[in-house]
Amino acid sequence: MTPKDFLLHYGRQFGTLIGLLGLVITLWILTPYFLTISNLLNVAQQTSINAIIAVGMTFVIITAGIDLSVGSIVAFSGVVLASALQAAIPLPIAILIGLAVGAFCGLVNGVLITYGRLPPFISTLGMMSVARGAALLYTGGRPISGFSSGFRYLATGEILHIPVPVIIMVLVYIIAHVVLTRTKLGRYAYAIGGNEEAAVLSGVNVKFYKAMVYGLSGMLSGLAAIILTARLNSAQPIAGMMYELDAIAATVIGGTSLMGGEGRIIGTLIGALIMGVLRNGLNLLGVSSFVQQTVIGSVIIIAVLMDMALKKQRK
Amino acid sequence: MHALHYAKPVFVKNDTVLEMHHIRKAFPGVVALDDVRFELRRGEVHILLGENGAGKSTLVKILSGAYQKTAGQIILDGQETDIRNPRHAQELGIAIIYQEFNLVPQLSAGENIFLGQEQIHASGLINQREIIASAQDILDDLGAEIEARKPVSELGVAQQQMVEVAKALSLDARILIMDEPTSALTEQEITELFNTIRKLKQKGVSIIYISHRLEELFEIGDRVTILRDGKYIDTRNIADVTKSELINMMVNRELKSHFPKLGAATGEEVLRVSGLNRKGVLYDISFSIHQGEVLGIAGLLGSGRTELASSLFGVGKIDSGEIYIRGKRQRIKSPRRAINLGIGLLTEDRKSQGLIMILSTKDNICLPSVERFSRLGFVDTKEETQAATQYVRDLRIKTPSLHQQVMFLSGGNQQKVVISKWLCCQADILIFDEPTRGIDVGSKVEIYQLMNRLTAQGVAIIMISSELPEILGMSDRIMVMSQGRIAGEFSAGETTQEQILHCALGGAA
Repeated sequence: MTPKDFLLHYGRQFGTLIGLLGLVITLWILTPYFLTISNLLNVAQQTSINAIIAVGMTFVIITAGIDLSVGSIVAFSGVVLASALQAAIPLPIAILIGLAVGAFCGLVNGVLITYGRLPPFISTLGMMSVARGAALLYTGGRPISGFSSGFRYLATGEILHIPVPVIIMVLVYIIAHVVLTRTKLGRYAYAIGGNEEAAVLSGVNVKFYKAMVYGLSGMLSGLAAIILTARLNSAQPIAGMMYELDAIAATVIGGTSLMGGEGRIIGTLIGALIMGVLRNGLNLLGVSSFVQQTVIGSVIIIAVLMDMALKKQRK
Repeated sequence: MHALHYAKPVFVKNDTVLEMHHIRKAFPGVVALDDVRFELRRGEVHILLGENGAGKSTLVKILSGAYQKTAGQIILDGQETDIRNPRHAQELGIAIIYQEFNLVPQLSAGENIFLGQEQIHASGLINQREIIASAQDILDDLGAEIEARKPVSELGVAQQQMVEVAKALSLDARILIMDEPTSALTEQEITELFNTIRKLKQKGVSIIYISHRLEELFEIGDRVTILRDGKYIDTRNIADVTKSELINMMVNRELKSHFPKLGAATGEEVLRVSGLNRKGVLYDISFSIHQGEVLGIAGLLGSGRTELASSLFGVGKIDSGEIYIRGKRQRIKSPRRAINLGIGLLTEDRKSQGLIMILSTKDNICLPSVERFSRLGFVDTKEETQAATQYVRDLRIKTPSLHQQVMFLSGGNQQKVVISKWLCCQADILIFDEPTRGIDVGSKVEIYQLMNRLTAQGVAIIMISSELPEILGMSDRIMVMSQGRIAGEFSAGETTQEQILHCALGGAA
């Protein structure tokens, strides 16, 4: 790629990055504690769960879909994982079970959307309620708490002073970037979102790849559930409320178009970091959580407005 | 006692309601109308005649406010007028009934007729009873046996059309434009429609009537204006003109010299279709095509040409019949299967079916070939880039970069990207549906030259086109379709535009 091509590809994400840097500098000026290594690692750790879910959301939104069920899938995968751990099932297998539950819920979404021809909004809205209900039923509404230190290491551990969730997040982003840019799944995700009919007429098995994308989103929700459960040392059936909105926000702030066909994984990471930094900064400044909600919502709206204005200018 | 006049009010036949002078409409890269004139009298049925792409639709869209003229003059009732938008056209008393009706299926006939002009009760609510009653009056007056309270979804095609007519009348339309009004009607329904049209004439409504069916024109028309290639040809009284005169005026006599056709040696048979049927769409289609051959398919819109292409490409379903590829019988159930068999389809609609506009030139070219460039699910991007670079150079696609989104390319370059898609996945049976639509003349010639190169390499091309000069200029053999059937087959050197058009219009070959 020539520098010009690079700009064609990542120009939009470059803008988001500048936004993030601006935010960081502002907070640095307002509160010197913000730019300490321990606080930054703290931000990264708090961002990791949303960032991981947002990866799946990015894939889904690139296909011009939406996944409202991620938060509920986090809860359901979490409680199933927790009960597996308490049943003394070996850690690696329990983790696989957590991932599999998430992937299964996602695939059900995918099948309903492709073979059942349901709009993604409806299918995942239904799953949002079904998975939440399943989590509550499974636990009788009570949290499942208390796990081995081996499992808790996934949230509390550090490698070279870097928290394990941050390392997992970085790995997920590297893999997701490769999948999106270098594999059939990624190539077809863009094609499906850009123009589904043209994709079909170019020989793309649209149904299969769409279902896979929702399965992937579910599986990443399962991964987020593992980290969340390890961090809280408890699996709550009411965990993950509103996570879908944070994931959609990170994706959209990162430049992925809700119309489909456009988006970069690195943008979503920056988007998730903007959300994380903003929350952390507002906390450090002692801003009330009520005001925080309002500020974050406004940031999302402003980001998308700016994006649309820039796009219009380009045309 | 004063003298009684029993004579009915007679409309003066020369009472002109609409004049259009020097109308020009240019789109980027193409002039759709050039110095066109048109004149409409009160209470007449004026036929607008011309081949596909002659400019009829553009002309009526200017009248209905859907398009703005680039230049020219519109005089309505002696006053120069600019028709700003569809709403304005309505206010001026111009209504249009498209082939695709603009009705809301869930609403009743009455509600549809008064949609957007509902009478509001003092309470602020819609006066439903009043709407149904007034709508019923209009429908009854038209002689249409339709209950105004019935949902449109429960009405037949002819009845829906009647609702459209009633809607136009409710707007006090004085000029009614009907685009191919009989295309979906049965014989019986056509007779009823004509009765309605005659009633409208008596009311003094002027009708602009677009149709391809010559027989009809003689039955219902008063005058006819012929357009060709966006230019005005002539206006005549229907009574003074013959069918063959009309055909002569519709077709372009001078074969343009920009068809650089080179005959290629034809090789073995690559595709044979035998007795293909698709209920209501295609009937008993049989033909074959050889390596290096260009088979032109002519026919009017709706003759089944595009549907035939989609059936061969695994999109349209097939009820019976066989398809043989290189001598072997194949069932083509999906586009993927068609592509694997070496078939490529350049669709009629480049933007909605052929390309993914927001993706890059490279991604579009490589899309059908991603399987070939992949190992274990990983795409070899280097190989992709090489292939895309080669086709961009080979086909001289003008793009600043392989990574530029195709929406920023010109029509001709976009079309070359579509062709590259199929060359890249090594298709050797190409179906081109309207390959040069919306493309400037220079790019057209380039595409023809490309066809020559491909056939020289043994590729077989099925070219569907509405442009007769193109069909005659570039085909080796010509197949004419009409109403889902093959109406005739010609060798390119031994036929004329008149003959093909006659055949396509439903006459004997």
